[in-house]
Amino acid sequence: MTRLAAALAPIALIAALLGAWEIACRALSVPSYVLPPPSAVGEALASDWKSLLASAWNTLAMALQALVAASVIAQLAALGAALSPTVHRALRPLAVVLQVTPVIAIAPLVNIWAGIDHPERAIVALAAVVAFFPIFSGAVTGLRSADPDLERLFDLYGAGRGARLLRLRLPSALPFLLEGHKVAAGLAIVGAVVAEFVAGSGSAQGLAWRILDASHRLQTARMLAALLALGLLGAALYALFEALERAGLKWWRGR
Amino acid sequence: MSVAELADVEVAYGGRAALGPFSLSLAAGEIVALVGPSGCGKSTALRLLAGLETPEKGEVRRDAATGETAVVFQAPTLAPWLSAAANVALPLELSGVGRSDARERAAAALARVGLAGREAARPAQLSGGMAMRVSLARALVTSPRLLLLDEPFAALDEITRRALADDVLALWRDAGPATVFVTHNVEEAVYMASRVVVMSPGPGRTLADVASPAALPRPPGFRTTPQFRETVEQVSAALAQGMAAA
Repeated sequence: MTRLAAALAPIALIAALLGAWEIACRALSVPSYVLPPPSAVGEALASDWKSLLASAWNTLAMALQALVAASVIAQLAALGAALSPTVHRALRPLAVVLQVTPVIAIAPLVNIWAGIDHPERAIVALAAVVAFFPIFSGAVTGLRSADPDLERLFDLYGAGRGARLLRLRLPSALPFLLEGHKVAAGLAIVGAVVAEFVAGSGSAQGLAWRILDASHRLQTARMLAALLALGLLGAALYALFEALERAGLKWWRGR
Repeated sequence: MSVAELADVEVAYGGRAALGPFSLSLAAGEIVALVGPSGCGKSTALRLLAGLETPEKGEVRRDAATGETAVVFQAPTLAPWLSAAANVALPLELSGVGRSDARERAAAALARVGLAGREAARPAQLSGGMAMRVSLARALVTSPRLLLLDEPFAALDEITRRALADDVLALWRDAGPATVFVTHNVEEAVYMASRVVVMSPGPGRTLADVASPAALPRPPGFRTTPQFRETVEQVSAALAQGMAAA
């Protein structure tokens, strides 16, 4: 009974809020370009779902490409940093500057480099910039997180650098890598959307384009429908990576 | 013939003297217990003997080569991503023993500490006492000439502690490595060691060097004999004297 109540509570709250929203819109006759009632958003979803799905797929594809690129570069950089303190010192300030510079501020620059005809390249590059830091930072921390007593044990048995890296540092880093990728996946979506706002869409229109398009036409219900799709996409991706993290950790520690 | 020796060693951390001058000579087949208050440099002395640290002054002489020294830490210090058998096989594989040979010897070592059948278990699936046994098996798998135990039972309950103490003595009788055992439990020290070295509060020096009243291994009921109680009293008195002088 209590479990059923716990499962129903959020649904009931959302239903109540939607009901209040609907009633308020009708009672106060709010213009629909300011705030459409939920029923109008539902209609927009029903009529637009094909184009929204295609756009969500485009956004997801860009974010995933960015995530793969960021993952490869960040892990190679972290490996270099772990093997050589000089590389670490050299990379650290660059990585931090990259992290604290708002992606929207470097978007016009990347847009020029990618070429005006290839906005999708700019989007992937910008999303990769955003996704880079959590993976890099997690990998650097993880590669240094080995139990110091295990490190001593490796000293004691005269382990070389290769054995230490493969048998101690890399496996110790795994939980940090999983966490870094989970955070980076969410950020890659954010990066892809922000980049599409600035760089435009080219032939593959993402959810950002849907939001902008509806906004230019003052079709607020369609805008909210696209926003809802974006929220669902982000939540689904996060849930997927959380499940991956849980499965990875279970495999790592054997329970 | 000594297996390892510390001669007037001194160690400081950040300008603060932590140990010494301290000397200790370890004969083959001997179990020496180091007892002393927290911060007296017991663990530092152990790391010096292991060659994991070098002293500022004095000399460390080790007869045991790389791979002939084994350390058991306060925590089991097992790799969580490896099975019990893979953890035990690790020292062998790091010293170049082939994988299948290493796994075979690891299984035998696990059987010696009473963990036959648990080869595939991960550390997270073992109790604290069992994890410590895996750690012991890992130390013994290389048949070390010098075995260093750094408060290995500190985190365990009394019953598990006593059982493990007897296990260590039984294993020691089979292999007979020169052993140094750090503890701050006086009874444990007297029970396990052929010689108890009492250290002063940091920087640690030798306050007393008390020989065991009976030969190893311990007869049943040794803990209740008058000689055992007397030796415990003697060691405790030396410890208390050191604390009072500091």
